[in-house]
Amino acid sequence: MPRYSAFAIAREAFRQHSGWTQAWKSPEPRNAYDVVIVGAGGHGLATAYYLGHRFGIRNVAVIEKGWLGGGNTGRNTTIIRSNYLQDPSAAIYEKSRALYETLSQQLNYNIMFSPRGVMMLAQTEHEKRGYLRTERANALQGVETRFISPAEVKKLCPIINLDGPRYPVLGALWQPRGGTARHDAVAWGYARACSDMGMHIIEQCAVTGIERINGQVSAVNTTKGRIACAKLGIVVAGHSGALADMAGFRLPVESVALQALVSEPVKPCMDVVVMANTVHGYMSQSDKGEMVIGGGADGFNNYTQRGSWHHIEETVRALIETFPMISRLKMLRQWGGIVDMTGDRSPIISKTPLGNCFINCGWGTGGFKAIPGSGWAMAELIAKGEPGPLAAEFAMTRFREGRFIDESVAAGVAH
Amino acid sequence: MLVLTCPYCGITAEETEFKPGGEAHLKRFGPGSSDADYESYMFNRKNPRGVHFERWRHAYGCGKWFLAARDTVTLEVFGTYRAQTTTPPADLVATIAQKRPDWEGV
Repeated sequence: MPRYSAFAIAREAFRQHSGWTQAWKSPEPRNAYDVVIVGAGGHGLATAYYLGHRFGIRNVAVIEKGWLGGGNTGRNTTIIRSNYLQDPSAAIYEKSRALYETLSQQLNYNIMFSPRGVMMLAQTEHEKRGYLRTERANALQGVETRFISPAEVKKLCPIINLDGPRYPVLGALWQPRGGTARHDAVAWGYARACSDMGMHIIEQCAVTGIERINGQVSAVNTTKGRIACAKLGIVVAGHSGALADMAGFRLPVESVALQALVSEPVKPCMDVVVMANTVHGYMSQSDKGEMVIGGGADGFNNYTQRGSWHHIEETVRALIETFPMISRLKMLRQWGGIVDMTGDRSPIISKTPLGNCFINCGWGTGGFKAIPGSGWAMAELIAKGEPGPLAAEFAMTRFREGRFIDESVAAGVAH
Repeated sequence: MLVLTCPYCGITAEETEFKPGGEAHLKRFGPGSSDADYESYMFNRKNPRGVHFERWRHAYGCGKWFLAARDTVTLEVFGTYRAQTTTPPADLVATIAQKRPDWEGV
């Protein structure tokens, strides 16, 4: 596949851009693969990419019910950070953030990673103490964060209102190497790299059943026929419960809607990501100038990819308090994604009751930032059959054993 | 926006008046039960695509917990009923079975 470069753009400019080829191929499925991964979102494609890149396993198919990156990968607010309290979380999210730093070069695809800095506002004394604790924990974990004063918050983000009527800003947990990336490009970049390695990415192919023999998966039945596999990876976010049901086991997850919205584009006014967890809202400005806004998840089980109106109202109300200048902005688009929430709000990267079937799910409201790290860890689990150090703590047996990775306290809202 | 009827006070209101409380009819496993049963009770959920029985509280009304049957794909509310039962009422189950012929049942 031809490399993307400044030289390639110049060359194509001289021939009416007639030389660009399809970024990834759309093959018909073969009868069998070494590894089949269900779900061509960011996590599924990253898993396939690292299977090939790290372990040389290239006879891989990634099958997708809809279109590539059309689920939560294309429905999030693109925030990347790793300022988590618990050690296992900090390890995998920091690995992920570090991989994002060089991902454009690695994939030869511009994912527009922008380490513009992420701040999480402390708006109550309780929250301030919590973030001071996280700052110390991050120092021990090797994650660069710093607790900053209200004056520094104002300097980094001049449009913020420090003296809000309900919750004044008492400081913030600042991660200077956090930021955003272009979400679709992450999926497209991984897909192109996978296709380049000879893997098959099969879109518009829904799984209808999972064949099992003696506690092992033998094949998946799809709308494009039966596909046999030596190993199966399930990486389908909100629909994990439905896939697990086909495979004959239950998961500790519930699917709910999480919404986001963007405003009309405005001139650059904010070059950091601000999260306000006490009042339930977070905001950043996209390269197009839109204010990208997210908030808390809805409370009830939902598979409709649309949430309740009053949650948007709560989110926007909170952000107008924090950023009074956005009060007259018109909102352009609003959408919802189905996220799978676990009991401790931490993900599952795990073996399953079926010997050659592995699952990666439960990222809840914070999956985008984890894509490279999650794929890295999941690929190791599939290749070796045993989890590596990043994934070991995220086994789903932790619920039976009481070894929770409780991030609901640290990051239950804007995760 | 869901519209629910509280079976205790009879008021029909939008979902902002209620708080969701997760899957209904869980059988409690406490001290002395097996690890698997306890885990299942605490964490594992049906999380179905389709008919779901769930708990709601009339938080900004009479304050009582009640149960509802709802479709998680269409958001249709089939009905609500009082919480003092371990199974959904037969007439509600019949209504759902009529509306959703593919439904596997309670």
